[in-house]
Amino acid sequence: MSGLELQLQRDPSGQLIYTDAAGNEHHNVHVVRAYPISAPDEGISLLGDDGHELIWIATLTGLSASSRIIVETELATREFMPKIASLKSVSSYATPSVWKITTDRGDTTLTLKAEDHIRRLNDTALLITDSQGISFLIADSAKLDRHSKKLLDRFL
Amino acid sequence: MNPSATPTAIPPHWQNLVHTGVPDSEPVLNSLELDLDVDLHFKHSLLLLTSQGLLCLDALGQIKPFPYQNGSALRQHDHAGLGTLTLFLGETRIAFWRYTLSLDPAVQRFIHQFDRLRDSSTSGLPLVPEVQACCEQCGADLLEGHCPQCDNAEERPPSTWTLLRLWRFARPYRWQLLSGFLLMLASTAATLVPPYLTMPLMDKVLIPYQNGTPIDTITVSWLLAGLFGSAMMAWGLGWAKTYILALVSERIGADLRTETYEHLLKLSLEYFGGKRTGDLMARIGSESDRICVFLSLHLLDFATDLLMIAMTAAILISINPWLALVTLLPLPIIAWMIHKVRDKLRTGFEKIDRVWSQVSNVLADTIPGIRVVKAFAQEDREATRFRAANASNLQVNDHINKIWSLFSPSVTLLTEIGLLVVWAFGIWLVSRDQITVGVLTAFLAYISRFYARLDSMSRIVSVTQKAASGAKRIFDILDHVSSVPEPTSPTHLNQISGRITLRDAGFRYGNRAVIKGLNLDIAPGEMIGLVGHSGSGKSTLVNLMCRFYDVSEGSISIDGVNIRQLPIAEYRGNIGLVLQEPFLFFGSIAENIAYGKPDASRAEIVAAARAAHAHEFILRLPHGYDSLVGERGHGLSGGERQRISIARALLIDPRILILDEATASVDTETEKEIQKALDNLVQGRTTIAIAHRLSTLHKADRLVVLDRGEIVEIGNHDELISRQGAYYRLYLAQARNVDADIDDRAENEVIV
Ligand SMILES: Nc1ncnc2c1ncn2[C@@H]1O[C@H](COP(=O)(O)OP(=O)(O)OP(=O)(O)O)[C@@H](O)[C@H]1O
Ligand SMILES: [Mg+2]
Repeated sequence: MSGLELQLQRDPSGQLIYTDAAGNEHHNVHVVRAYPISAPDEGISLLGDDGHELIWIATLTGLSASSRIIVETELATREFMPKIASLKSVSSYATPSVWKITTDRGDTTLTLKAEDHIRRLNDTALLITDSQGISFLIADSAKLDRHSKKLLDRFL
Repeated sequence: MNPSATPTAIPPHWQNLVHTGVPDSEPVLNSLELDLDVDLHFKHSLLLLTSQGLLCLDALGQIKPFPYQNGSALRQHDHAGLGTLTLFLGETRIAFWRYTLSLDPAVQRFIHQFDRLRDSSTSGLPLVPEVQACCEQCGADLLEGHCPQCDNAEERPPSTWTLLRLWRFARPYRWQLLSGFLLMLASTAATLVPPYLTMPLMDKVLIPYQNGTPIDTITVSWLLAGLFGSAMMAWGLGWAKTYILALVSERIGADLRTETYEHLLKLSLEYFGGKRTGDLMARIGSESDRICVFLSLHLLDFATDLLMIAMTAAILISINPWLALVTLLPLPIIAWMIHKVRDKLRTGFEKIDRVWSQVSNVLADTIPGIRVVKAFAQEDREATRFRAANASNLQVNDHINKIWSLFSPSVTLLTEIGLLVVWAFGIWLVSRDQITVGVLTAFLAYISRFYARLDSMSRIVSVTQKAASGAKRIFDILDHVSSVPEPTSPTHLNQISGRITLRDAGFRYGNRAVIKGLNLDIAPGEMIGLVGHSGSGKSTLVNLMCRFYDVSEGSISIDGVNIRQLPIAEYRGNIGLVLQEPFLFFGSIAENIAYGKPDASRAEIVAAARAAHAHEFILRLPHGYDSLVGERGHGLSGGERQRISIARALLIDPRILILDEATASVDTETEKEIQKALDNLVQGRTTIAIAHRLSTLHKADRLVVLDRGEIVEIGNHDELISRQGAYYRLYLAQARNVDADIDDRAENEVIV
């Protein structure tokens, strides 16, 4: 299956170079998702160094296999939204509270500064922003284990 | 090698690996522990600087060396809380590492050390000495050995014994409280007299009468008088105590409310940015009220109950210890039940509070935004949102009520059973002549009161928990230290000349770096024009200069004194600020103009209004300067509001004038007029003016062009035009627009 082929290369400094349809080379290109949380695979945009959009990609699936790999690896280096698998302990039920958690990227701790830093995405999904501004995702709070659910519930 | 390369301690858990891996001939001069690996997993690794180069050590003890070379450089960038540290050789990437932003200050220092060591290693010259004592954590200048940025960073959660902390507010009223307490003691004692008198009534009057002795009228009269007297005493004392304590608790509540509000006002803009209006309003309004009710009603009842129980228990034991023991049997069971239920209730009530805040948030969102709601015909949606918030309120309440509805009847059941046991045991004792019938009646009279108290005491569990959660949320505000703290030992500047110095100023909103490494010297009386694209950080820079936020790196000084060392109100008194979005308070126009100087004379107000070219339109209003402007300046046009806020800034005659798009929403004609007025006012004041229309800045001594938080150009108009850089492009774009506008108009006119 072939799709849209993007002229993407990597320069020695590790940055992406995009050659547009008119043959212009753009250095230091950023790949961003338009809806990183609600629809990560839709709406990908390539932004130039000056912050202007170079091309809009409606869906990832519309790309050719090779372009898609480049785009996805580039996205993977920029995206950091660990998914919380379980809560091991919390330092207190009052904020600021330090949570020991297990995520899909390993064990770590997060500091919840205030309860408002827990954002409800929908009925079960939660986005938790820690004091450093890192976002942690709970994709489905109903699927957490009992212990985690009990701890989490105290903050909702 | 110069040992003063500030060797930072290697974290203890790495020391073994470092000792085994790094040759002793290569002493470690600096280290940095990273918390992410290249695939963004939470795995630690260690970067080391030696005299030879950079070493990377992973958790398995593997070492990758990167010797210093000419043209090697470490660079750092971050995005959304994720930092990347890259090692370049020229423009070629050699290696990169990832970390979370909490390490950013350490990374910056590491890069700095890397540069020093590389320079000395490649040039063979000794190390450049360090200049300024910097904070270990964030690199900011130290003030008297303390870092102003990090000393306040420590935060502790409020303790669970929050209600006891209310004592701080009760202290001023301790004498009233004491007298109230003594009254309570006396009135409780008075209510305990009547059951005691039933004993002689039974044993000395009624039972002898049944056995044939005539009733002794005098004894009966004495006893009845005693009953009446104690009832009157209880009434009088009860009234006095309730009155005094209610008075005190209202005052405590009021103090709590005002203090919370005063504290809230002192918090930085950052706090307000992260909070919702409805939530804050609910906390200060209804929750302080709830605490007040708790103090005046429930706590009082509770204390009375406790006293009553203690006194009753004492009396019962003095009459007959065995019967007393049986009577007190349900007490521990109830205590255990209370303990079980309490935790559940508390979390439940905290939840209710939060849900309740949600409800007020919906209101606080939609009422000010009602024009948007109506314009897009979204009334139904907002109603649904409100209903949803209400529904979750119901749901949480239902959950609590389930527990609660079981708890109360269980206590009643226990007391009924207790009564039964007392009857049975009492009859048995009477039959064995251990006690008289009078004693049994007295007991029964006491314990029916006693159990009734137990029942009401169990109710206190819920209100206490409610009040405790309310208190917690209020102390949340009170405990919050402003992220823009008042200096502990402030410096006072008598006369500010207006020299502003920014040194390496950096700032981020959350994890978004908005201002980066800004250096700027503004001379006293100079006018600086700040230009740049929308979102380039102009307003943010102004916020930093006004100290609405504190810089996260570097420093801002005025007349050579770090603005963190100046008392905030004193410092801001020197700044006249006109904001991009002018805000007017509910009140008259005159009051609004005199907001920064409430004692200004009418003549001064008029003079300021004239200077801001607001005078004439104000006169055209039916009530002139006394006209009421509604919330947020409702009833005035955007340009009119702006001119009032200019007048407000001018009235305080500030040394520093900051105009953030001060003339954005007025027509060209008015703008010219205001401009003329401002031109006079700018004389002798340090002025920072932001404008999109570059033509408004022609008087500026220097123009500073910002792009994405960095200064890209500085100079006056002519210099910048001749340099043909960013400013030139902005200028061209606008000139073209103006031409286009004229063209448009010309075309339209032709068509018309
Ligand atoms: N409270 C905030 N929290 C997070 N980000 C913010 C906040 N205020 C501003 N920003 C971001 O900071 C950047 C700079 O904003 P700023 O208001 O300083 O821009 P500006 O130069 O004044 O733009 P304009 O000319 O449109 O007024 C913007 O990208 C903006 O999105
Ligand atoms: Mg702005």
